[in-house]
Amino acid sequence: MNFTAIMAIYKFEMARFFRTLMQSFLSPVLSTSLYFVVFGAAIGSRIDEVEGVSYGAFIVPGLIMLSVMTQAISNASFGIYFPKFIGTIYELLSAPVNFLEIVCGYVGAAATKALFIGLVILVTAHFFVDLEIQHPLAMLAFLVLTCLSFALLGFILGIWAGNFEQLQLVPLMIVTPLVFLGGSFYSISMLPPVWQTVTLFNPVVYLISGFRWSFYGMADVPIGLSLLAIGGFTLACLAVIWWIFRTGWRIRN
Amino acid sequence: MSDIVEIRDLRKTYAGGFEALKGVTLNIHEGEILALLGPNGAGKTTLISTVCGITQASGGSVHVGGFDILEEFRAARSMIGLVPQEIALEPFEKVISTVRFSRGLFGKPRDDARIEAILKKLSLWDKRDNQLKELSGGMKRRVLIAKALAHDPRVLFLDEPTAGVDVELRRDMWETVAELKADGVTIILTTHYIEEAEAIADRVGVIAKGELMLVEDKDDLMRQMGKKQIEVQLSEPLTAIPEALASYALELRGDGCALVYSYDTRAERTGITTLLNDVAAAGLVLRDMQTRQTSLEEIFVDLVAAAEGDAA
Ligand SMILES: Nc1ncnc2c1ncn2[C@@H]1O[C@H](COP(=O)(O)OP(=O)(O)OP(=O)(O)O)[C@@H](O)[C@H]1O
Ligand SMILES: [Mg+2]
Repeated sequence: MNFTAIMAIYKFEMARFFRTLMQSFLSPVLSTSLYFVVFGAAIGSRIDEVEGVSYGAFIVPGLIMLSVMTQAISNASFGIYFPKFIGTIYELLSAPVNFLEIVCGYVGAAATKALFIGLVILVTAHFFVDLEIQHPLAMLAFLVLTCLSFALLGFILGIWAGNFEQLQLVPLMIVTPLVFLGGSFYSISMLPPVWQTVTLFNPVVYLISGFRWSFYGMADVPIGLSLLAIGGFTLACLAVIWWIFRTGWRIRN
Repeated sequence: MSDIVEIRDLRKTYAGGFEALKGVTLNIHEGEILALLGPNGAGKTTLISTVCGITQASGGSVHVGGFDILEEFRAARSMIGLVPQEIALEPFEKVISTVRFSRGLFGKPRDDARIEAILKKLSLWDKRDNQLKELSGGMKRRVLIAKALAHDPRVLFLDEPTAGVDVELRRDMWETVAELKADGVTIILTTHYIEEAEAIADRVGVIAKGELMLVEDKDDLMRQMGKKQIEVQLSEPLTAIPEALASYALELRGDGCALVYSYDTRAERTGITTLLNDVAAAGLVLRDMQTRQTSLEEIFVDLVAAAEGDAA
């Protein structure tokens, strides 16, 4: 492994993040606060409790997941798409690095940024509602795995995308709906039976459910299934990336 | 001299079916400067990109320093620096950090003294803390060279380093290339300027339509170029060269109506005056006279025309 190269890519990507630190920090704080005002205070006052947890507290894990997933995807996809777009990718392709090292650098940086934002939201939420975290280690593990797997997905998206529109459309058209319909703001058990079944085909349900379990010990699906889902998703993304670099798809013409 | 780059029957067919390289075989000697000439679309960039790992070859093999570029890509690529034809840089990055990044990417430990030396050599030290978008085009190209040199490569590919560069900067560039050669770096550069190849190259290669038409020592080429021919046309045809002119190694052409004399323009005495005196003394009557010179340009144009004729 060429660790120097991994660190070079990682630092280079993080530098982009630090150049826009204020924005990276402020926008999650602001949007989280808004969610709390709208969902927590306005709507939440009519839903008082979900399975023994106040509605405001109930939505925190979903909120964090929503931001973390979209941030991980957009950071990673932009990170690799941009060099492709402006042509600097020539350097990556001509360097003595393999696919795993490139992925570690880009995905590592994108996941770090997403993790940072997730933690900022957690701290912000703490000022609005009483939070309890029953399984802190599991909580961190879920958070980190989600950051990583969605950064991997973003990386694939960035390599696939042919223009900026596609780059933005996929998260917007696929990921955001999946997250909103994945039980971020409600419990699956609140849905009619038919929709409960349909929802189980949404992979995001397993992630949010597992993450929420680490906070309040309650879950829509068994925790083992959640772990399986996120593990399988991560492996699937890695397999696709491995294939991309083997075949040079969309990178080496 | 040993060969640091060995290219064997290299082929590249792009996804659309276009054959950009049709079996190129080329050995590059360690420490030399090789200039690749060729018209637009000849395949120069494709050749360089394939050697450097940016495009995948469809056939053939490349070894750099004895390492296969696919099987032993780490060892092979560590030896190569590439300055691409198109300027591609992150606009908001600082000069010094982008050069540092390149060094790290190639797995070399951070070395500020080395980076400083490279930036100073390329007159970029004063601009080290500027963002790349604040630099002029010529400066950006030098940043690309600095990036390519950051990991101390032994082979440097320069794809049209002087395209769109003013005369003064071009001379600077030639000087830089000469200094790199003195440091032992092997340099392959592409260019559209024949004078450039004449000025700095040790060997010259001509590519047209995806084929390597010629690779030759520049001095040999120059010698051919230095040769000039004088053709003396006679009013009466000859059957044989007269005894009196035997010492001149003349050639009889055009059914005996023309005498052709080859001489070296750079020789102290060309022998033209005595030849003409002797021609008159032999009683031959001149009708006309003309001189011809083969230039690198002419060789180049002929080769390219031949390639296009084959393709048509
Ligand atoms: N990505 C690509 N897909 C399809 N065809 C390509 C691609 N890149 C280059 N070509 C074609 O391959 C041929 C060789 O291109 P190349 O860039 O190697 O030429 P070149 O000799 O570098 O030309 P120039 O002097 O203009 O830079 C051209 O006909 C070009 O259209
Ligand atoms: Mg070119």
